This record gives sequence, C-alpha cells and structure tokens, in this order.
Amino acid sequence: MKLELRDITKKFGGFTANQNVNLTVEPHQIHCLLGENGAGKSTLMNVLYGLYEPTSGSIEIDGEPVTFSGPGEAMAAGIGMVHQHFMLVPVFTVAENVALGNEATKGVGLDLNTTRNRIREISDRYGFQVDPDAIVEDLPVGVQQRVEIIKALVREAEVLILDEPTAVLTPKETDELLNIMRQLRDNGTSIVFISHKLREVKAVSDVITVIRRGKVEGQVGPDTSTDELAALMVGRDVSLTVDKEPSNAIGSALEVTDLTVVGENGVVLVDNVSFAVAPGEILAVAGVQGNGQTELTEALVGLADHVSGSIKLEGQELAGRGVREVLSAGVGFVPEDRSTEGLVAPFSVSENLVLDRYKDREFASGPSLKLGAMRENAQQAVDSYDIRTGSVDAPVSTLSGGNQQKVVIARELSRPLKLFVASQPTRGVDVGSIEFIHKRIVAERDKGVPVIIVSTELDEVYALADRIAVFFHGRLMGIVPADTPRETLGRMMAGETADEVLPPAPWDDSHDQQQHEGTHTA
Amino acid sequence: MSATTTSPESNQVSAPSPVELNPDDFRRSLLGSTLQSVLAVLAALLLGGLLIAATDETVRESAGYFFARPGDTLTAMWDAASSAYVAMFHGAVYNPDGSGLTGKLYPLTETLTVATPLILAGLGVALAFRTGLFNIGAQGQILIGATLAGYVGFAWQLPVGLHLLVVIVAGALGGAIWGGVVGLIKARTGAHEVILTIMLNYIAINLVSWLLTLSTFQREGSSNPISPPIAETAMFPKLLGDSFRLHWGFVVAVVATVAVAWLLNRSTIGFELRAVGANPRAARTAGISVTKGFVVVMLIAGMLAGLAGTAQIAGTEHSLTVGIAASFGFDAITVALLGRSKPWGTFFAGILYGAFRAGGVTMQTATGTNIDIVLVVQSLIVLFVALPPLLKLKSRRKEVAA
Repeated sequence: MKLELRDITKKFGGFTANQNVNLTVEPHQIHCLLGENGAGKSTLMNVLYGLYEPTSGSIEIDGEPVTFSGPGEAMAAGIGMVHQHFMLVPVFTVAENVALGNEATKGVGLDLNTTRNRIREISDRYGFQVDPDAIVEDLPVGVQQRVEIIKALVREAEVLILDEPTAVLTPKETDELLNIMRQLRDNGTSIVFISHKLREVKAVSDVITVIRRGKVEGQVGPDTSTDELAALMVGRDVSLTVDKEPSNAIGSALEVTDLTVVGENGVVLVDNVSFAVAPGEILAVAGVQGNGQTELTEALVGLADHVSGSIKLEGQELAGRGVREVLSAGVGFVPEDRSTEGLVAPFSVSENLVLDRYKDREFASGPSLKLGAMRENAQQAVDSYDIRTGSVDAPVSTLSGGNQQKVVIARELSRPLKLFVASQPTRGVDVGSIEFIHKRIVAERDKGVPVIIVSTELDEVYALADRIAVFFHGRLMGIVPADTPRETLGRMMAGETADEVLPPAPWDDSHDQQQHEGTHTA
Repeated sequence: MSATTTSPESNQVSAPSPVELNPDDFRRSLLGSTLQSVLAVLAALLLGGLLIAATDETVRESAGYFFARPGDTLTAMWDAASSAYVAMFHGAVYNPDGSGLTGKLYPLTETLTVATPLILAGLGVALAFRTGLFNIGAQGQILIGATLAGYVGFAWQLPVGLHLLVVIVAGALGGAIWGGVVGLIKARTGAHEVILTIMLNYIAINLVSWLLTLSTFQREGSSNPISPPIAETAMFPKLLGDSFRLHWGFVVAVVATVAVAWLLNRSTIGFELRAVGANPRAARTAGISVTKGFVVVMLIAGMLAGLAGTAQIAGTEHSLTVGIAASFGFDAITVALLGRSKPWGTFFAGILYGAFRAGGVTMQTATGTNIDIVLVVQSLIVLFVALPPLLKLKSRRKEVAA
C-alpha cells in the first residue's frame, strides 16, 4: 500500500501546525518523521489517523483520494497507530485489549479464542513473546508496546504509525523494537516512525523526512550525518556536544553516606548509596528510568519521606530537613517533570520564576508581594535565558516545552547555589534549547558549584558528565569516568557493577584485561 | 481549543489532545471568564421569561386561538414576562411607586442587605476553591459563627462599640473553628473535604437545635427554639438610618472583598494558596507546605462564613434560630461559581442573588408569578455556567468525528 499526503495544512485558530506538508510512504519502507518537540509531527499523524480534519490538502491511498472521519475508518483502510501513551485497559488481559473494539463474536458471546490464536500467531511470527492471557498492567512497558503493535496487526494494518515509541523504553527494549520494526518492514508493513532521537532514526530508517515548524524541511537518507540531521531539525548548526574544559575539581562539597529511601509500600527505592561530589564537578547519574534516580534527587532536596543515612553539604546535614530549608540552604533543584512538579501552569511566567523564592526579601515585604520586583526579575530572566513569551504576565502554560523548561532552569540558577540538582533537565526540549540549557549547567559548574544531573539519555550524560554514576534497582553500580564506552555503561545499567565490567587498573597487564572483558560480554 | 491560547511568538505547536476531556475543564468553568457569567445570567433570564409566559393565564387563553391571531399570544407572552421582571426590578433595585426617596430606594438597600451574608460566605467558598478545595460547609460555618456571635451578643454586657467588635470576632472565630477543623483533619488524615464539610453541616445544625433547648440559649418564657435577642450594643448599626434594614455588615462585606482580593493576588499567603490549588505537587517541590495551605485556607474560609453568620444575627435577625443561616451556605456555592471564584466576581454575583431574593417576593405579590421561578432562574444560571465545558467537549467530539 502506498500512502500519500498531499499539501496537508492544519490550522488551530490562527496557529498553523502543518503547512503544505507532502509525504509519501512507500511499501516495504521505514519512513521516519524527524523533528523537534512541537514541530508538528504528531499533528500530522493525527490528521492521517482521522483524529483531525485537515484544513486543506488530501490523503491518497494507492493513488485514490480518501477521507477519514475517525480512527475507525483509518483502521479499516489499513492504517494503525501506536500512540506515545498507550491506549490499553490496564486491568484487561492482552487478548481482551486486542479484542476491544474489534471483537470476534460467537452468537451473543465474545469469542476470545480466535483473538488468542491471532495473538499467538503474530507473537510467534515476530518473536514478541506475548502471553494473550497476561494482565496488561503486570507487563513491562516494552511488552505493553508490543501489545499495541499486535492490536494494529490484528486489524491488518498495512501502514503502522509509531509515535515516539522509544521514549518509554530501556536501551535494550529500544534495540528490540528497532529489530521488530525491521522484521515488520521485511514482511511488507510500511512504518512511519516519529522520533527526535537521531541515533535511532539513523539506525532504522530507509527515508527520513525532517519537519520543522510545521513544514517539511527536507528528505534525506539514513546515511546523513547526525550533525546534518540536527541542523535540519533546528534550522542551524548546533553542536551536540558541549564545549567544556575538563573539571579540575578536588575535595568534596557534597557527601552522601549510606543513603536509603524506602517507599510507601516498604520497597527499597534507594539502597544504601554513598558518593561524593566535588565543587565544580558534574556527576551525571545514568540508568534506566525507575531505578531509583528520581528518588535519589527527591531525597537530596527533602521531598522523600522515609530517608535514612546522611547528606552533608559543606559539612551541613541536609537529611531530615524540609524542602524549604534545603532550598534555602543553597540547593537548586530542577524536578524531573516540569509540568507536574516544576511549574504551576496557570501562573504567569513571572510568578513561576519566583515559585520557591517568593518569600525572599527581594520579592516580599512582610506578607505583601512586590509585584514590580517580580516582573523585573522575570524580564531579566526572559532576556538572559532567551525565554520566548509574549509577556512576563502570560500564563506559563502558553509557552512551548523548551521555553517552560528554561523558566525552571532560570529560576533555579538565578540565585547563589551551593549545590545544583537537575533531573532530566532537557526532557521533551528542542535541540536548540538543549544546547542552551547544557551551556548554563556547565557555566554553573565552572563557578565551582557541585552539580548532579540525572538523565536517562546517554547522549546527555556524555555531554555533561565529569564522572558517571550508574543506578540499577536502587543500587549504585559504580562511578566511572566520563569516557567510559557506551556498551560498558549499558551493562552497568543492566545490573553489572563497575568492578565487573571495567578493565582492571592500568598497571595490570593488557592480557588480563582482554580476558576480563571477554568473560563478560556474553 | 487550547491551540488558540498558544501565542504565535512561542515556537511550539501545542496541538490539543484529540479526544479526552481535559480534567481541567471543570476547574476552568469555575474560574472562567466574566463574559461567560454574564451570558449565563442573560440566557437564564431569557429561559425564565419563557417559563413565566408559559405559566401565565392570559397567555394560555390566547394560545387557544393562536392560529387565528398569533399576535395575541406573543403580546401576552411579552406582557407576562416583562411585567414579572419589571416587578422584580422594582422589588430589587428601584421602586418608582415608593413614597419619597426612601420608598423608591428601599428595594436596592434590601438587595444589599440580603447580599451581605451571600457575599461573605461566597468569598469563603471561592477562596477555598482557589486552593483546590470544595468547601460545601459554609452552611455549618455560618451557623456556628452566628451561634457564637449570638451568645456573646445576648449573654455578655459590654460597652458600646467594644461589644459589637467582640461579637464580630466571636462570629469569625466560630466559623474559623468549624472550617479549620476540616482543614486540620484533611491535612492530618487526607480525608476528603467534601465529606467532612457535609457532615459538619449536619453536626452544626443539630448542635444548634440542641443548644436552643438549653436554658443558657433558650429565650426565657418561650417554648420555641429561639434565643433571647442580642443586646442593642451587639447589633450592627443601620447604615442609612432606621427606615432601611441595611446595616454596617454590608461594609464588612465590602472590606472583606477588598481583603480577600489583596490576600489572593498580592500576598505571599495567597501565592501559596493559589499554587497549592493549581498544582499541589509543584507547590510541594517548591517548598510550600500543601497541608499547611489546607489548614490556613479553611480557617480563613470558615472565618468569612462566620462573618456571614455574624451579619445575619447582628444585622437582621437579632436572635438565634436553627433557620438563621437560611440557605445562604448553599447559595454561597452558587455565588462563588457565578463569580468564577474571584473576589469581585463573587461580590457582584452575591448582589445579583440578593436582588433575586429581594425582587422575587415583590414579583409574586405584584404579578402573581410564583416565586419559585426565581429558584428556577438561579438554577438555570448554574447550569449555564457549567455548560461551556460540556459544549466544548461536544464540539471536540464533533471535530474528531468529522
């Protein structure tokens, strides 16, 4: 099946999300839509999937114009979509989820056996290893995603749209998904792969269409260099690596000893972790999402409830103190999720910029807020952080993701700090803003502030780290130098300790080293 | 659609999520625009007018020969609706037939008198809502406020001026206790404030019933559940002389509105409360204590409702009965809703509802239109205020289906 989008324009009010987009998806092809967050990729696919009506333009299948008034019709025409957020009923079994909306019936009863068999058939063909009777909420995220893919395949989708499918996956699961995509392509399914992760795009795509600000910026092959792709995405050359001098940090400003965090249900989330960070050093914490990094940062700023052990900042004990006290002790904190933790959406930009500082003498006299000072402060931040907003009084929710994140970063970096902790500082942020935020973080390090960055993006870890700490199941697998190879980090993220994966110290002979590595690559 | 709020300057295509109803939509209906409120009132009055016409005797008679002379029916409908609303206006704002300026302006002062407790209690509901709490407990808070104020009013003998001041403080304190308990329990145990406030309403009303059977509270020589009248020194002085019921409680309501507006928008406490209301997780991450916010806001909300109770007992009723709160505590929720939980919005919504109450009586006596029509109009307003998010949902579905 050949799918063509011709001159698609989609406007929301006065805002043009897609402008004259042309796209042809050939059979047996993985076609990648590459673009920053908010470039209009998802809108385009929602148009294709019948969720939005295009303002103008047409969709053609095998040369015949079609219109979809809803996902049902798109599915019937052979288009399947796996959304970024899965559309699964958590308490249903895999078979029930797959049958939902497409139920095989026997008389008035459900015929789940037919569905079960179809699932087994597809699962076997592609090596999905999905049990039709498993409850969806018990399955790992990667498997849930396969259930979504099965859903589309059961409905005989010939074009499969995958919207940012790797955002929720571990590196291993990502590799598996890329393999599945290749297999599907070889079996004749066309795939539209939406992503902003350059490495994956290069690894799997046959054709790459770059979208920027709602327009097609160009169509290139997978052999295009990463830098070139990034330049197409943002419209100018960006350096993906941050220019930074090697850290000459000595001593330790932050000392964490035997830190343990226990969750509400008694599960140990951070398991007896000890490390130190020197002034003027960036310690990047790597690991697959959900291995205790979030809880580590929460414990550091006093947000976690059941914490034992010690957190000493310049000799001052922080463990057991409240958030307010920790922040006023000079800790800057960028939480993992800006929209739920970092910002108050209906608050103005200027209000959000003082969210944890409104009681400072600078912004309040007694119980009264100094609105003028708040606005002035906001204007300064907007200027120096290039926050694009119509006005400092505009609700922060009207800003794009990257600009929202800059508000959070600006707030936390705009006061003298003794420690800076940032969790996923550039998640869901466009490449241009990533570069800017990275530079600011390095600048803070160069001022002599100890910095802890938690990131699940290895690219980011490499770009920023002076040393890398790897977390697995709440335990610290080790702290390794910044130039540790990707594969080694990957193995540590999967549960091997630094001692197991790292070559022995340089004074051992090289024969030993090779042998050591050899025994662990399996 | 949410894309319209994306300013062109921002480089983000924030496409709205296609199908699901944004959980914030309901919240937005409570915080929505002034225009929406005004339109809701107009639409409700229009529908109410049709209802008045439909129940009118003349209209029904002329409808019998509608096809012969349709003009008659329409005229009769117009007459019925307009005369009812004119009567309501005469009863609520300006009575041209009144004797002298006093008689002419009496309706307006009556409206403001009725509006006083509505505004005060409405502010309490609005403030709590801005902090993310549904305070259904204004009724109980008014009752307890009125009880404490009443007790101080009839049992204590204090000099002029001081007595009223103590009465006001007692009323505010009573409400603050009744509201604060909710905040405290919610902060400590996480219990839902809707359940807590509803239960405390029952406790309050039964507590007052019981108190009024005690010799301390029951009027001497009366077998009715009514307290002795409060002392002259405990009453709000009349604002415009003795020919009007309007009392200084209204001034308290104006001051409270100014104070709440300042508190919400210009103070650090309001900043905290609004942050807690809009995004408690972000507030907590920024070092703001969410639980403290709950306690503080319920104390203040209760205090405001307590002042409404004070206005009732020290301003108009002068003695405590179970019915002293009338339905002000529940109407206050509607008032806050119509006022979009904004201080001045609540103020004007309170006056509008005061006008309905004051004018409704005149409407019934002058035109025979049932006073229940006022209730219908009030309910329609609530419906129309809640309608926009529903319509939005529908149009979004339509877009999806189109």
